[in-house]
Amino acid sequence: MILVVLENQRGNIHAFSQEAVVAGQQLSEKLGLDLSILCLGENASSLKEQASGYKATNLILAEHDLINSYSADGYSKTLSQVISELSPKYVLMGHSYMVRDFLPRVSAKLNIPFISDIIAVDYDSDSPTFSRQVFNAKLATKVKADAETVLLSFQSAAFSSDDIESGGLDNQSDFSVTLDSSDIKSESEAEFQESASGVDLTTAELIVSVGRGIDSQDNLPLVESLASAMGAELASSRPVVDMGWLPPYRQIGSSGQAVSPKLYLSVGISGAIQHVVGMKGSKTIMAINKDEEAPIFEIADYAVIGDLMEIVPKLTEEIEKNK
Amino acid sequence: MKIAVLTKAIPSYESSIRIDSSERWIDESVVNFVVNESDSYALEEALQIKEQLNDDSEVVIVIMGSESNTSKVLKDGLAKGADRGIFIKNDISETDPLSIAKIFSEHIKEESFDLILSGLQSDDLGSGQTGVLIGELLNMSTATLGIETKMEDGKIKVKRELESGWFQWITLPFPASISIQSGINEPRYPSLKGIMGAKRKEVKSLDARLINDSKQKFVQLFVPKTEKVTEKIEGDVDSIVSRMVDILKNTLKVI
Repeated sequence: MILVVLENQRGNIHAFSQEAVVAGQQLSEKLGLDLSILCLGENASSLKEQASGYKATNLILAEHDLINSYSADGYSKTLSQVISELSPKYVLMGHSYMVRDFLPRVSAKLNIPFISDIIAVDYDSDSPTFSRQVFNAKLATKVKADAETVLLSFQSAAFSSDDIESGGLDNQSDFSVTLDSSDIKSESEAEFQESASGVDLTTAELIVSVGRGIDSQDNLPLVESLASAMGAELASSRPVVDMGWLPPYRQIGSSGQAVSPKLYLSVGISGAIQHVVGMKGSKTIMAINKDEEAPIFEIADYAVIGDLMEIVPKLTEEIEKNK
Repeated sequence: MKIAVLTKAIPSYESSIRIDSSERWIDESVVNFVVNESDSYALEEALQIKEQLNDDSEVVIVIMGSESNTSKVLKDGLAKGADRGIFIKNDISETDPLSIAKIFSEHIKEESFDLILSGLQSDDLGSGQTGVLIGELLNMSTATLGIETKMEDGKIKVKRELESGWFQWITLPFPASISIQSGINEPRYPSLKGIMGAKRKEVKSLDARLINDSKQKFVQLFVPKTEKVTEKIEGDVDSIVSRMVDILKNTLKVI
């Protein structure tokens, strides 16, 4: 059996979980194993409703009062129980912050391997191999695991949620979770945002994103004018937010938002892996950077090599003229 | 309070990374090893906790690897203010996160640390699992991506970074293992006095008791290929901008 575990993201199936469903459907087909989808804990019955159109063999609901809100203690214990009872060959999730927080606990509890942050699956030998990035994405490695059950998490955009196969389910079942209040050692408070915003970068068609190369907050208006001339949303990489030049809700990357606009125009962003995971799903990437070897150029469709201080104002002017 | 800081020596960002003849590891002879970035924030956080408590608390650096790769990183941590070090000597580059965590746990369990801090992930293997695995193996409470910590009523409160600009406070009882996000504080530089004093600090050297039960293995390292065809746009500003406008207007039709 292949088991995909869905994660709740503010009432919906997490985007990374949808991608994990695609990975699960493909693994299930290639290996000839049944596919089960598990909705556990927070908002589980709503997730189950939302997943009911997915093509899968079984949809499993695991609820308990003690996991109505997430905790690493509660989730790791619950998922360990499910795995012990169902013995899936592979357990798949998206490589989200929540998965990093609790899935290693399951690995240690059950003494099974967890291959994290996978970017690709290959089927060219007797068992699948999983590729991961290593050494700051300068290299990648193929990984093989040898165990009854293997835990897998997938980097965002390793699969596309557009490829989810629908077709409904053969079966639905409830899993009975055994938890005691003494199992939950931590106390979690309500989640909060530092600053509220009306900006939803995830639905933006055009994004102009600014990085450390802007050098000073005083230069930000240059990029803001460009974004406004293009009718694009303004975004940034982490250093710009860390320096307080833009609010956190503008941040793209592993600690910010993941976006896939029609055009992502990056300005002075070098392309560290933490940023790239948040924008590599963009349809077209145009990058301006003065360093010809900036890693951002490896994923760019258009590599603009030059000084942003000269290019950006001129570009804004020309776009205004073309309107 | 006994605080352990799990520290890793990794190839510096500027080092040239070449695959060795086994195709399962890199040629370490051409690599300069430095402290893993987020681990240096974990050490600073530990030192600040100790300073706030202002009691007989101690901060212990725990590091695993070969002597040549790790000695400078360990010395630097002691010079910054850690009280002592535990060096787990291991010349084999283990890549299975669970085996790594078991080796650590095996060697530190008798220390009964109240708090283990580690960087959220290593910039070489990048699995991001070690701190959490050790927490589970040693029956500790765990949290990840800490960006602020506070002591409160004999427990530790951690502000966790969630996705998309959300945060959450979580309170953990001791013993606890917490991974630390980069940027949480400003890591100090070693003082001259610290550098001199580091030589007299205790370092316990242990030979790693290996697990020989790797659950996952690297089968082949490779250089990622970009499938994208990238058009380079360079030259004088006018020709760059005119090509960009052409693409935006005629190819992408976004202006």
